[in-house]
Formats: sequence, C-alpha cells, structure tokens
Amino acid sequence: MSPATARQIMSLARSDPPETRTDPSLRQKVLIRDVDFFYGAFKALKNITMPLHDKRVTAFIGPSGCGKSTLLRVLNRIYELYPGQRASGEVIIDGENILSRGMDLNLLRARIGMVFQKPTPFPMSIYDNIAFGIRLYERLVHHELDDRVESALRRAALWDEVKDKLRQSGLGLSGGQQQRLCIARAIAVEPEILLLDEPASALDPISTQRIEELIAELKADYCIAIVTHNMQQAARSSDYTAFMYLGELIEFDETELIFTRPKQKHTEDYITGRFG
Amino acid sequence: MAIYAQRRLINAVVMVLAMAATGFGVLWLVLVLWTLLWNGIAAITPALFSQTTPPPGSAGGLLNAIFGSVVMTLIATLVGTPTGILAGTFLAEYSRGSRFGELVRFINDILLSAPSIIVGLFVYELMVIRMGHFSAWAGAVALAIIVVPVVVRTTEDMLNLVPNALREAAAALGSPKWKVIVMVSYRAAIQGMVTGVMLAVARIAGETAPLLFTALNNQFWSINLNAPMANLPVVIFQFAMSPYADWQVLAWGGALLITITVLFLNIGARALASWSTFKQ
Repeated sequence: MSPATARQIMSLARSDPPETRTDPSLRQKVLIRDVDFFYGAFKALKNITMPLHDKRVTAFIGPSGCGKSTLLRVLNRIYELYPGQRASGEVIIDGENILSRGMDLNLLRARIGMVFQKPTPFPMSIYDNIAFGIRLYERLVHHELDDRVESALRRAALWDEVKDKLRQSGLGLSGGQQQRLCIARAIAVEPEILLLDEPASALDPISTQRIEELIAELKADYCIAIVTHNMQQAARSSDYTAFMYLGELIEFDETELIFTRPKQKHTEDYITGRFG
Repeated sequence: MAIYAQRRLINAVVMVLAMAATGFGVLWLVLVLWTLLWNGIAAITPALFSQTTPPPGSAGGLLNAIFGSVVMTLIATLVGTPTGILAGTFLAEYSRGSRFGELVRFINDILLSAPSIIVGLFVYELMVIRMGHFSAWAGAVALAIIVVPVVVRTTEDMLNLVPNALREAAAALGSPKWKVIVMVSYRAAIQGMVTGVMLAVARIAGETAPLLFTALNNQFWSINLNAPMANLPVVIFQFAMSPYADWQVLAWGGALLITITVLFLNIGARALASWSTFKQ
C-alpha cells in the first residue's frame, strides 16, 4: 500500500461521523445460545441467548435468584465442580462451543478470569497469590515472573500499597485491597474474558469506586461480564446490560437504552425500583 | 427490671457452675501431673538415658525402652500419616456426598473408637502368629493402625472447613484439581492437619495394649526390628506392677518421660503450625 493510499484511507476514516457507522471495533467474543441450566431438577436458566462483545462491559442485572450469577458461572464452567449441576445449549467463544464434552476445562478457565463476590486471597504471600496462576501455564525465569507480578499489581492499582510487603500474607490486606489482589491475580494470567461476580458488593464506597475505575481501564483489553445488584453501578460501568428475571433473559441491549428507553415493561419496573 | 435481675442471677449461677466444672477438671490434671513429677523426677538421671533395663536389684535405665518407643512410634507415624492424609483428602475433596465416601467415613469412625487392645489382637493374629514370634515390626503396624483413623478424621474435618470459594477461585485460574488441593486446600488447613498428626503421635506414645501383643518387651538392647523390642509403655506396665522399689522408680521416670515428650510435641506442633501458616 502506497503512503498516499494509506493517507486517503485515514482521512476517509476521520471524516466518517462516528454516530452513523457501526463501530468497527465491535467484535462478538462470546455467543450464548439456547442455554438451559439445572441445579439437580431445578431449572435455573431458561433458553438464554445473547452475545458478549470484546472490549466492552456487559452487566447482568436482576433480582436475587434470577440466574445472573448462574449464567456467569456457565461461561467458565466452574459449576462443574459440583455434581448435580449441568448446562445445555451452546456457549461459543471465538467459534468454539465450550459446553462441548471434549473441552479441556483447565485450559478453558486459564483463558477466562473470574473474580468473586467475597475476596478469595489464597493463604500465601501477596507475590505468590499473583504468581500462582502464571506458574500454572508458563515457565518463567525469576525476573520475568517479577515483572509480570508487578505489572498485574500496577494494573489493579494495588502496587503502591503492597510493593514493600510482597512476601507478606495476602490475608493481611483490607477487604478492598484483597479484592484488587484477586483482580490482579485474574489478569496476571492474561485472560481473554473477565467474569466479575458482584465484585464490589462486599466493599465500602471508596473501594467500590476504585474497582469501577479499574473496570473502566481494563475494558480496553478484555471482554468483561459483570454481575451486579447495584443498578447505578451497571449504568455507570457497562456498555451493554442484560436484565434477567426468574431464569429468563427479559431484555438485552445497550446500557443507555436499557436505562432510558427499556422496551419491556418488566425492565422498566425493575430499573425504576418498582420491584426487586 | 425483674426480668433483667433474673437474667443477671441466672448468668451468675451458670458462670459459677461453669467455673466450678473447669476447676474440677483442671484439679485432677494438676494432681496427676504433680504426682508424676513428685515420684518421677528422682528417676530422671543420666543413667536413665544411657543404660538398659536392669534385673531387679541392680542399677539401670530405660535406654532400650526409649529407643524402642521412638523407633516404633516413628515408623507408625511415617506409615500412618501419609495414608491418613490421603484417605482424609479423598473423603473431603473427592467423595463428597457419594455413598462410597459415607461408607468409608463410617468404617473410619468405627476404627477410631475401637479399643486399642482389639488392634493389638488383630495384629497378633495377622503378623505375630504367622511369623511365629513377637517383633517391633508388628508393634509399629499396630500403632500405625491406631494413627490412621485419627489422621483421616482430622484431615477431613480441617479440609471441610476450607471455604469452597477458595477452591473455586483456584479452579477458575485453570488449576488442575490436585494442584488446588495441594497448593490451596492444604495450605489453608495445614495447622489443623499438623495438630491432628501430633494428636495421633501423642496417643500412640502411651499405648500399651497393642504393644503387649505385638512388640512385647525385651530386657536387652536390640535394634532388630524382626525381634521383640522394649518400649516405654510395656516396661512401665511391667515395672510398676513389680514388687521391686528400683523398678517402680524407673516406671515413674518412664511415665514422666512420656508425658513431657507428649507435652513438648504438642507445643512444638502448635509453634510450627503458627509459624508456617500466615496469620491474619
């Protein structure tokens, strides 16, 4: 391509008003298709179909027991730890159905980071908490590992607080720090997708704000799915929102539309606080 | 206010009862330790650790019995601990809710409460009769059989206390199950597991009945594991029952020795556990 042609394309791109064209950076990372989920005989998810986009944040909202956490747990098949829980349908990540039988669950989970409602630091040092996941799939020499640990902690906005006590226990940190440690641990393995299950619900407002800022920064690199009880949080930090109720997906759309012009009465009732 | 005054009264009464019960328990413990110390301290001499068990009327020590006890306890612990930890891990991490797991747990509980003399008789049938003689090996096996159910139980209980959220977090990083168990579950439960092993060691250190039928006793110095071997509990039993004053003193000394060892094992285990796990 000649420099002139390149310039032409660049100027073309610039002259195109952003509102009128479909966002070229928008890429479907995950497609959830006809997913049902069972806890034993109880059907917790009913025929869910929706996409997750890369480099976007998708929020799952809905009253307790609506299945939003369950749906998140389908995406890395963590539910398989418990006998009696099963999912059917398809979850296609980059063209591959991860619900298929032959899927290697460890390799799948290594590609998908997850952060839980309560902070879950491992009973080991701060450094080892981060290095644990890296060591699982990579053989690094010392200084490379050090660099990875540092960059993960920096990205999780925790480095300055812990850089002098990396060898101390992760259990000694405050709740908000522990949660950021868990986020650092999840992104240290450089996953493609990040699943956040009410990551700020156990935290104070300041820690919550830091986590939300973090989500906004991490969005540039990951496909993020977040379950939240807090509708302001969903409105603030997500690009897409899925409203669920009693195991069904009631409405899925851009967050702005969900919160300003919901198509379903049910959604409107929930986001305006009339029930839930 | 009547209700409040009544509550205060009940509180006071129950508190006094609770303290009295505690005092009653501690009193006997102190009496036992005091008697042991009073009678045993005279026997704690260099000779106790350097000479073997004497015939009545001559000077001697407990060297062969101490050696035998240490060797058999050590072998029993080395065999029983890994077995117990693996079985406890199976119950807590692999067989949750399965019928086979329930069965194993039930059998383990029976073994846990089985009288130790039954274990002694079992090993007598199994090994002593077939080999045609008593042996230290048989003693160690009998003690190991006592160690296993204790370690299985404490390992399972401690692993069950590890929150599932921790296992999920490790699995969510793509960690294979064995690594979740070794790197996360064990680390979270190590303190209780070590305590369980120490409890088991403390228990077998003083067991007499299973050794009576297996290792028996040996008046002489012997390091042959294929032959009868002296050990503290059986020597204490024999010497304490004897009419000879010098044997009785040695028996007190042996009893004091076991008690002190168990005490320090426990203190050491706790110190080790609190040092090796991270504190909040």
